[in-house]
Amino acid sequence: MSIEAPPGPVDEVVSRAVEAHRGSRGALLPILHAVQEELGHVPPSVVPVLAGRLNLSTAEVHGVVTFYRDFRTTPPGRVTVRVCRAEACRAVGGEALMEHAAASLGVTRGGTTPDGAVTLDEVFCLGNCALGPAVQVGDRLHGRVTPARLDALIGQGR
Amino acid sequence: MKVFVPKDSAAVSVGADEVAELLARAGAQVVRTGSRGMLWLEPLVEVETDAGRVGYGPVAPEDVDGLVAAGMLDGTAPGLGLVEDLPWMRAQQRLTFVRVGVVDPADPADHERHGGLDGLRAALGMDPADVVTAVTDSGLRGRGGAGFPTGVKWKTVADAESELKFVCCNADEGDSGTFADRMLMEGDPFTLLTGMTIAAYAVGASEGYVYVRSEYPDAVAALRTAIVAARGQGWLGESVLGSGFAFDVHVRVGAGAYICGEETSMLESLEGKRGTVRPKPPIPALEGLFGHPTVVNNVLSLASVPTILADGAEAYAALGVGRSRGTQVFQLGGNIARGGVLETAFGISLGELVETFGGGTLSGRPVRAVQVGGPLGAYLPVEQFDLPMDYEAFAASGAMVGHGGIVVFDDTVDMSSMARFAMEFCAEESCGRCTPCRIGAVRGVETIDRIRAGEDREANLVLLEDLCELMTDGSLCAMGGLTPLPVRSAITHFGEDFR
Ligand SMILES: Cc1cc2nc3c(=O)[nH]c(=O)nc-3n(C[C@H](O)[C@H](O)[C@H](O)COP(=O)(O)O)c2cc1C
Ligand code: SF4
Ligand code: FES
Repeated sequence: MSIEAPPGPVDEVVSRAVEAHRGSRGALLPILHAVQEELGHVPPSVVPVLAGRLNLSTAEVHGVVTFYRDFRTTPPGRVTVRVCRAEACRAVGGEALMEHAAASLGVTRGGTTPDGAVTLDEVFCLGNCALGPAVQVGDRLHGRVTPARLDALIGQGR
Repeated sequence: MKVFVPKDSAAVSVGADEVAELLARAGAQVVRTGSRGMLWLEPLVEVETDAGRVGYGPVAPEDVDGLVAAGMLDGTAPGLGLVEDLPWMRAQQRLTFVRVGVVDPADPADHERHGGLDGLRAALGMDPADVVTAVTDSGLRGRGGAGFPTGVKWKTVADAESELKFVCCNADEGDSGTFADRMLMEGDPFTLLTGMTIAAYAVGASEGYVYVRSEYPDAVAALRTAIVAARGQGWLGESVLGSGFAFDVHVRVGAGAYICGEETSMLESLEGKRGTVRPKPPIPALEGLFGHPTVVNNVLSLASVPTILADGAEAYAALGVGRSRGTQVFQLGGNIARGGVLETAFGISLGELVETFGGGTLSGRPVRAVQVGGPLGAYLPVEQFDLPMDYEAFAASGAMVGHGGIVVFDDTVDMSSMARFAMEFCAEESCGRCTPCRIGAVRGVETIDRIRAGEDREANLVLLEDLCELMTDGSLCAMGGLTPLPVRSAITHFGEDFR
């Protein structure tokens, strides 16, 4: 997989995203979400294109992309696993679960397995604080996740 | 053979979708609702009977066949009994959450049947200024954390001259231990939309935004579905309920930044910018989104408005204690036997919430500490369990009610690690605008690490205290300004963990 998406598709994706949000106010975030939805990440080549379309400076767009944790400039693995590291999950073993995940995948927080299958991320609260430890696999929330269950979830996702 | 299975993401996180599918296959007519808030009973299946809804839970997918064979589908199999009669339900005063867990959140007719439009109808029949007065008289204070009187804020926006005004709902809910906003948006989104519409009518706004954190994809989907349905019903649009008043709502999704829950940072983000905090003044009520007068309110503040308008300000104000009027939606999380959401009048004690509702810890070990009010809230020992849930009483004890989240820890917790995490979180989530927050938090982590490693403990504790003072005094917003609260309270109440 190449890190940089070819310019042609990037242009089209950006055009579609900008078009879809024409008429909405201050739409840079929704547009970036739309780009990331299609490409899996926001390649650096998007920044000048988007800046041109929206009449913003490259620095402004770059500043926004880098400010928010959600926007990635490199492709993620095929499935992203987010382990909650916030207080309520820590009270029931969230940190140990994160350590288990890192050890069993052989990656550090934020890393992707060498086969490109799984990205391991941290998250601060998933709104499942009564049923922690909480984990999100893709868009799907899981509660009361034990290390064994996490291994199974990752196995299914692979 | 109508059965109700929550579609709430917490219920789904422990298997509600699988249970719903198996029940449908067994021939039941399955309605997906929000959750009643008894999350330790999820997946909680409710069966309609002549006497009311009979509950079964927690129901694992592998339990379904047996329960159906035992007569679950006509409510005769042994279970929890009538859900409304469960002690956890009976002990509450559910106003804001009255329909959550009861109605189908995607069905506007169900919402209306359960009285969901009464507040909006009442408001539209009043003078806008009288709506503002009603909200003021109800004593409602912002549920997002700061507890500012909602009616006073609305009056400022109403009195501002502008062609264009906005209502922005803060649904960033980044605090660990809080999930009531999420559960309301997933379980009864029309009530939020109705509350926003009443706010807009009261202040003369035409456009509304709900800023939802990206960690809540199910809430985003539920809101989007509800908005389309509400437009179809004429509850939103050119003429709300045929009144001639025009208002529409849009959903915006955050991008993983805790600071975007701070209202001015949220406005920056809504404008498509980095979420850096704006200095105040100007206040958003006068110069908010794109410089126009803007109501910024938390989900629960706005969702409490319909019940206030429907039943009257006096009824709401009759509940509560001191200057904390009405009900608060409390959230019990962390190491807790019976975790979830419950709504009751202000004034209930912290201990009642943790012990009576929550049943103590999940691990069965003694409770050692609770954090109230999210990551910027204080850690309290069990000795303070008689504290009443009341903004002023908490402030007087150096703590805060915040968004009503209570996180429980048992006696295995190392409070110096929690203090370290408070600093780590601040370092991670700082918007970077002021030095005491941006740099102070990083220094705070390093200092606590040294204390934990036993290096020069006394000197480093003094250094940490100085850092806390600097952050408290020198930060522009409560991110840097309140991070010392969990740190200092951990040292004060659990000093042995730092020795
Ligand atoms: C760091 C920080 C994070 C905040 N996060 C939230 C949040 O997630 N949701 C919220 O409603 N208010 C949050 N607030 C409070 C808002 O700034 C603001 O007071 C609130 O949205 C006003 O609405 P209310 O009066 O209805 O509470 C936060 C404040 C700070 C300083
Ligand atoms: S205190 Fe922290 S988060 Fe708040 S404005 Fe300053 S740097 Fe930003
Ligand atoms: S703290 Fe982990 S889900 Fe809220």
